[in-house]
Amino acid sequence: MTKLIQTIVDGLGVGSTYALLALGISLIFGVMHLVNFAHGELITVGAYVSYFFFLHGGSWWWMPIVIIASAMLASVATELVAFRWVRNSSPFTLLLTSFALERLSHAFWQIFVSPKQRPFPKPAWVFNQFKVAGVSFEVMDLVTIAVTAITLALTAVVFKRTLFGVSVRGAAEDFDAARLMGVRANRVISGAFAFAGFLAGVAACLILMRTPAAEPSMGSDWLLKAVIAAVIGGLGSFSGAVVGGLVLGLLETLTRAYLPEVAVGWDKFSTAVVFVLIAVFFVIRPDGIFKVSHAERV
Amino acid sequence: MLEVDKITTRYGAITALHEASLEVRAGELVALVGPNGAGKTTLLNTVAGLLRPATGSVRFEGTDITGAEPARLVRAGLALVPEHRRIFKDLTVEENLRLGGSTASKHDRKHRLEEAADLFPVLRLKWSTSAGYLSGGEAQQLAVARALMSNPRLLLLDEPTLGLAPTMVDVVFELLQRLREQGRTMLVVEQNATRVLHLADRGYLLRTGLVIATGTGAELAADTSLFDSFIGTTTHGATDIGAATHGGDS
Repeated sequence: MTKLIQTIVDGLGVGSTYALLALGISLIFGVMHLVNFAHGELITVGAYVSYFFFLHGGSWWWMPIVIIASAMLASVATELVAFRWVRNSSPFTLLLTSFALERLSHAFWQIFVSPKQRPFPKPAWVFNQFKVAGVSFEVMDLVTIAVTAITLALTAVVFKRTLFGVSVRGAAEDFDAARLMGVRANRVISGAFAFAGFLAGVAACLILMRTPAAEPSMGSDWLLKAVIAAVIGGLGSFSGAVVGGLVLGLLETLTRAYLPEVAVGWDKFSTAVVFVLIAVFFVIRPDGIFKVSHAERV
Repeated sequence: MLEVDKITTRYGAITALHEASLEVRAGELVALVGPNGAGKTTLLNTVAGLLRPATGSVRFEGTDITGAEPARLVRAGLALVPEHRRIFKDLTVEENLRLGGSTASKHDRKHRLEEAADLFPVLRLKWSTSAGYLSGGEAQQLAVARALMSNPRLLLLDEPTLGLAPTMVDVVFELLQRLREQGRTMLVVEQNATRVLHLADRGYLLRTGLVIATGTGAELAADTSLFDSFIGTTTHGATDIGAATHGGDS
């Protein structure tokens, strides 16, 4: 029982990071019909920015603000310099553009910093443990879950209450109709990229507190999981992205914890098992948990 | 108020609108009628900025607005109720309306929300319901209410009765009548040609991308030869005045 509870908390911790990233991917997909494979690079940007700040006396007290700001800036910049110019092209062109950005980002850090990992200090309290009713937890698990919950609540308020949020949801459903309401295409898309950058920045903080190091291709693994989570939830569905992220996180940790230990290294199959389960899921429900039927192209 | 001067609009190699011209004066209700595929929707979408004309010009209140972004046109005082309504089904009725008033100041938006609730009691009842759950008639009223949220000086309506039940068609025509009495300038594309022409100050008859006739609403409605050849055969409107034709999705 203790193991199960710990595993579930672990799963929710990993899953909530996936959820934040998947939500950003779903958001961009909603307004642009783009699966942004460069989204994971925002984590890398946050990591290198942290690395440079720590070289010059950075502190975890204010680093999250720097990480989030840099991820938002980088996200808006990718839209300005790249996606804006191919906005009306085919989805395939958009996809290739995002791949190109991802590769460019890897090359950039390799050439201008180093292909090697660059570590920096982690917050002192991260792996501290505490016990509740005999079950021990890491502080970071709770921080992750709490920060995600607050971020998601904030996201819900933005998309329900503010005119910007309603505009983005309207544009995600029918972009031309939203333009007819006076919504400015550039503004709503830039805003969506900024918000996706904010979510990626929060995710980057959570990731970097646990594994404080910068590496050129670190964003790609996270990106793949986030895309899968977004697709499980139903691309373009915001609540789906969150559910998809949590489901994926739980699946991963549960399979890792409970796969039979037949031989040493057997747990390495947990990823494979997760992918098989996902494949089976898509055979049964190809549109994801929450089917999104509209999403007009810009 | 609106001067459309010889606009030609193409979809790739297909010319949907061929040097079409029309004019709407302040306070008028102008009807645009014609068979399916005549280019009526293309004309409205071109005026509203969704399509860019290949040649020709569009002027609104003396300003050249040819090819301007819809967002700019809404701010200039022009709103379109698009074909098939295109309300936001995932948003609530209130959110649809708020988005319609997105160009207004916070104060004006609040004020107009109250006006919309008064003008459309059905919508008030479903204020927090997802618009996807509205009936066709309710959805059409929402589409009009949403366009009115920007308080447009010129309202363009594309097939406001399309797909509605006969009783709802009556409701929409009453609404047009009411808006007209309020002095709202309107350009209406409508399949119920006879009925809308009887309501209209003036009308234009469009066929295969060309404006082929123009006159007062009554004149056009009375000209049975035009109707028999161009409209009567497609909508039966000429032989059955006032009857609601519905269905007939283009």
